[in-house]
Amino acid sequence: MKLLLHVSPGIVRQPLVSSVILETNALVNIERANVDAVCGEIVIDVSSDKCDVVKKAFEDRGVEVVLLEMPVIKDEDECINCGACISICPTGTFKFEGSKVVEDPGKCIQCGACIKACPQRALKLGLG
Amino acid sequence: MQEKSLSEINERIRDGSVRVVSAEEMPDLVDELGTDGAVREVDVVTTGTFGAMCSSGVFLNMGHSDPPIKIAKAWFNEVEAYGGIAAVDLFLGATQPSLDRGDEYGGSHVIEDLVTGKEIDVKAQGAVTDCYPRLDLETSLRLEDFNQAVMINPRNAFQTYNAAINTTSRTLHTYLGHLLPRCGNVNFSGSGALNPISNDPDFEYLGVGTRIFLCGAQGYIIGSGTQHLPQGGFANLMVKGNLKDMNNDYLRAATFQDYGPSLYVGLGVPIPVLNENVAMKTAVRDRDIVTEILDYGVPRRSRPVIKTVTYEELYSGLVDIDGKEVSTSPMSSRHVARRVADALKNQILNGDFILSAPVQPLNHVGKNEPMKQTKEFPLVGDVMRKGVVTVVGDLCIHEAAKIIVGGTFDHLPVVSENNKLMGIITAWDISKAVADGNISKVSDIMTRRVFIVSPDEPLELAARKLDHHKISALPVIDKDDRVVGMITSDDLSRFFSRRRSA
Repeated sequence: MKLLLHVSPGIVRQPLVSSVILETNALVNIERANVDAVCGEIVIDVSSDKCDVVKKAFEDRGVEVVLLEMPVIKDEDECINCGACISICPTGTFKFEGSKVVEDPGKCIQCGACIKACPQRALKLGLG
Repeated sequence: MQEKSLSEINERIRDGSVRVVSAEEMPDLVDELGTDGAVREVDVVTTGTFGAMCSSGVFLNMGHSDPPIKIAKAWFNEVEAYGGIAAVDLFLGATQPSLDRGDEYGGSHVIEDLVTGKEIDVKAQGAVTDCYPRLDLETSLRLEDFNQAVMINPRNAFQTYNAAINTTSRTLHTYLGHLLPRCGNVNFSGSGALNPISNDPDFEYLGVGTRIFLCGAQGYIIGSGTQHLPQGGFANLMVKGNLKDMNNDYLRAATFQDYGPSLYVGLGVPIPVLNENVAMKTAVRDRDIVTEILDYGVPRRSRPVIKTVTYEELYSGLVDIDGKEVSTSPMSSRHVARRVADALKNQILNGDFILSAPVQPLNHVGKNEPMKQTKEFPLVGDVMRKGVVTVVGDLCIHEAAKIIVGGTFDHLPVVSENNKLMGIITAWDISKAVADGNISKVSDIMTRRVFIVSPDEPLELAARKLDHHKISALPVIDKDDRVVGMITSDDLSRFFSRRRSA
């Protein structure tokens, strides 16, 4: 399952991910990280049985955690099922089922590459 | 040889006994029945395509105002339409961006808004004459308020279209979508075996006056399209249809990021199975239709062919490029293409669509020659500065600083013993090294990833490179990686300012 971590300025210099790994013993895969001098946004992947404990461990350290259940939202009226989103996605979120495009929300890391690649502007990022 | 006439087929459409299949159903039928059996059993094969067709637009007649105006310039929701045709006829092109929203709203969006019943703001400036005294006007119109709204598309439904890949190290934004760096994806367009022309490549039926399905309306082929090139597999159609009869399911506005607006057009042609040759041609499959993957990283008219592929390979989702599996994306929608072919099939089955006899076939030979460019076409080699001073990596920074101070270049290409480019240092690199107290060798501080140009590249491409990478100079390199010159942003400004004032 994918968790979106919002790391605020006060704690961005702390070794948050490694301390959570040591505490929870969970296998954490960093899918995307955007960390600068003042704050950070990190998407991690963690197995479903460890998801709750990892989420709590980050929250205990002051990180705002969002479970990415609906990371990308498709407007079915706008979508023409062309497939422009398929090859642009780094994690293979979209695929054809017959001639229709379907998405696997569990793969999305909210990088946003598909949003501007969609010629119909049918995609947007969800909040969680 | 089995044959039948168009009037026999139309008689069956009228009496409800016509047998229609889509172009995707036909190959299996021909395999099973043979071409003679297929001519006996099938009357019409329906085709369809739904892709971004930039070469599209609408003629709009607004009716005369009081006092009358001869429109010189006009805007629909801030999208300019061409007014140089009589007084109140305008042509609105699909790819025209708007003044206020740029690429996100353009001519195609106005066309879609009209089809979906929305009201459009119209502004016009007049060329004042004795017969047309009005200076300007503003009004709001819906599709029903226009006397005529006729879609006329100069170049639609290409038989095949090349696929695109990108060998450069940055993402490209094109009319074939986003192309990821280092051959990260392959984008393509076309409905393959459903394409109208691929089902009648000899133009036995396609011609001037062939009645077609155009965005839900019954339209016509009015001729071979512009750049029609059947001898190269790039035949295409010029078409017209009544916008007032069109349906948003088969007409969609789109925006390609950093390219601009375009219009997705749903176009289908019924192919009457008149004889065994037609039956054989309509049995075409995706695997029989070939196209080329071109490198869009080369921004020139003739782009290198990376691979020849079939539409079956492209639609499989992965193609092999030099041993690497690369993901593919269609930019056209096969889902809607199938709905076009099915909608056309149902119209024929219901007796609502009668096939027309074309007046003359499409041209069997077309023309798509390169542009004759009569104005000068400056190349990097014409403008670059020669006699560039180069240095070797072992030189100390102090010496490099002296060379810059004593010369005319702010950039020093760093070369190997056999004069091949290894890196570049700038006056700024040296200042920084001095400020850091890092007085060492040139090779310690040089930039190793150097952007370069070749002498035969157009000057405009060098300008784009400088702008894109936010740098001020490019070494000019021959085919052996040797530095033959340098081109800087100063050289470009000087060249273009002289040319403008000349």
